[in-house]
Amino acid sequence: MRSMLKGLIAVAMACTASAAWSATLDNVKKNGVLTCGTNSATAGFSLPDNEGKWTGFVVDYCRAVAAAVLGDAQKVKFIPLTPKDRFTALQSGEIDILAHNATWTSSRDMSLGILFAGTYFYDGQGFMVRKADKITSAKGLDGASICVTQGTTTELNLADYFRSQSIKYTTVGFADEEAVVKAYEEGRCDVLSADTSTLNASRLRMAKPDDSIVLPELISKEPLGPAVRQGDDQWFNVAKWTLYVMVAAEEFGVTSKNVDAMKSSDNPNIRRLLGVEGSIGKDIGLGDTWPVEVIKQVGNYGEVFDRNVGKDSPLKMERGLNALWNKGGIQYAPPIR
Amino acid sequence: MTDQSLHPPIVNLALMPAMAPPADVRPGPVTWIKRNLFSTPFSAALTICFVLLAVWLLHQFLSFAILKAVWSGGREACSANPEGACWPFIAEKFDYLRYGAYPISERWRVDLTQAIGTILIVWLLWTKAPRRKLAAMLFFVFYPIAAFVLLRGVALLHLPVIDTTLWGGLLITLLMSIVGIVFSLPLGVILALGRRSDLPMVKAVCVTFIEVVRGVPFITVLFMANFMMPLFVPDYLTPDRLLRPLIAIALFSSAYMAEVVRAGLQAIPKGQYEAAKALGISYFDMMRLIVLPQALTIVIPSIVSTFIGLFKDTTLVAIVGIADFLKAIETARVDPSWAGPTISSTGYLFAGLVYWGFCFGMSRYSQSMERQLVRGHKS
Repeated sequence: MRSMLKGLIAVAMACTASAAWSATLDNVKKNGVLTCGTNSATAGFSLPDNEGKWTGFVVDYCRAVAAAVLGDAQKVKFIPLTPKDRFTALQSGEIDILAHNATWTSSRDMSLGILFAGTYFYDGQGFMVRKADKITSAKGLDGASICVTQGTTTELNLADYFRSQSIKYTTVGFADEEAVVKAYEEGRCDVLSADTSTLNASRLRMAKPDDSIVLPELISKEPLGPAVRQGDDQWFNVAKWTLYVMVAAEEFGVTSKNVDAMKSSDNPNIRRLLGVEGSIGKDIGLGDTWPVEVIKQVGNYGEVFDRNVGKDSPLKMERGLNALWNKGGIQYAPPIR
Repeated sequence: MTDQSLHPPIVNLALMPAMAPPADVRPGPVTWIKRNLFSTPFSAALTICFVLLAVWLLHQFLSFAILKAVWSGGREACSANPEGACWPFIAEKFDYLRYGAYPISERWRVDLTQAIGTILIVWLLWTKAPRRKLAAMLFFVFYPIAAFVLLRGVALLHLPVIDTTLWGGLLITLLMSIVGIVFSLPLGVILALGRRSDLPMVKAVCVTFIEVVRGVPFITVLFMANFMMPLFVPDYLTPDRLLRPLIAIALFSSAYMAEVVRAGLQAIPKGQYEAAKALGISYFDMMRLIVLPQALTIVIPSIVSTFIGLFKDTTLVAIVGIADFLKAIETARVDPSWAGPTISSTGYLFAGLVYWGFCFGMSRYSQSMERQLVRGHKS
């Protein structure tokens, strides 16, 4: 079935050619609304609140793109997608941009007709253990039983990591995350392993969340990023540089609160970032001050992180790899000049 | 002639007096229980086992849902009590579960639509109500238009247009099932008649439609409609994202309904068709007045099972990114500001109760309907 679908997509793509899709930017401007595919419900990343308004980390990225292109962060139509249909929806043109918890991998970049436009969240598989066990590092997990969700790459990563470390372990697999958390709480395993973005949410769901801690090690690389259709370089740039502008704004200390004041800054980096000098708008086909709209309406990278998954959210994730490059992480924006 | 001459003298014309029950059997609950529940040691053992099981299950249910449940407070109160349901969570999410992301200032439109719908349905289903033909008229002609105008909005009438990506929750579930139910029965009857028709083309078209639709999983149809259609159809011809599954569900359920109706048609003896034709009754009058009323009465249980199945199948639209009631529950339970050990169980329990309530209602109504319609044949 899936290969048939892929075949159909390939045929259809060949027929309609990239011409129809090369102008996503113009289409979005014409429609006056950005159609964004997101996760259907992932705590901290994309989730409707009590009023049904979408909130979360990847949702804010979409709002930033809308602010850049349309000047209004609210002009986004969110289409919740499952991991199975997210790439099809992007390929077929049902959505303009995919902001999902999708890992950027070589095969996805090369063979699906889509391109990842950067990494907005460096995720990775980690471990959660009981504080009472006094384990401080993954190296101390010798002989541990580990609860995981079956059928994902989680088990494979475990096998790779522990073999390279020559550590013995046993896995206890369950069909879904809910069951994994329950088994861990009931003491059927010593360790819970999953991507850190879900580990923190799982911990909150426990009866005694404070009895467990997340270990610092990550044993796999899961760079999560936005994706666009291949063959539309202009739109690819919009997606990529919206993210970079948010990262750069954090680096230069430009926040949603001080952005207007910062326009009169003497720092040439800030002046170019905010479009006071240079041609950040013209070259990409957007308004001169699009970065100002992004920062004012959505915020810089750090603000978005803290608000949704970081210290101001119930999830309280550490910045970790997602800290800026000059603060111990690897979030890095190319120079704006 | 006298009466005597009609009956042979051995016939006793007086009624026999009723005999007293045997001395060892006294009618009453004790006898009933003895006979039905404890007639043999084996059946006594089974009775005791099942009563214990039922009591235990009921106790578990009541203790989670009511006795140990949390009725007020917030996340802390719920997290502190892993034994019972967390009803404040449902209370806070209730509006989201009902309307999805429908703008708050416009939610009266959903309420109004649902109120009109409820009144019309009660009017239509309550067999003793006056002027039910008018109710049918209103429900099948006026109501869809009114619902469209109210829910989607028409700028001319100062009702802002609400994009269907914002609709969600119970609104979607009810909309999907009502559209499915309302369209599937008439379409199903037409398809069933077509399949039994003598005209070869009509028959071929109906058979092809029914078999193709029944041969494809509903999920595939939804997936094609919502993710693949933009590949084949130009942008301006692509119908709304919510309309596509609505059309799909109407066509899909009509194919199943056609087979149910056909079963009823086959149960009507051939003699009735022939008698009707011999009397010169036209095809449509024969179907309308003689065959269909009997055929549909026979298949009421199957029709209602199809409706109940359809009601539950509406949850499948969640996979194409439409937040129906179940999806809304699943979304609500992920909320980190409510995360706790009982949140998921509470959410699913509530979903189960709501679905059960609707399905049980349909089932009870169909049973009372059956009793009313069947009376004619019994006397």
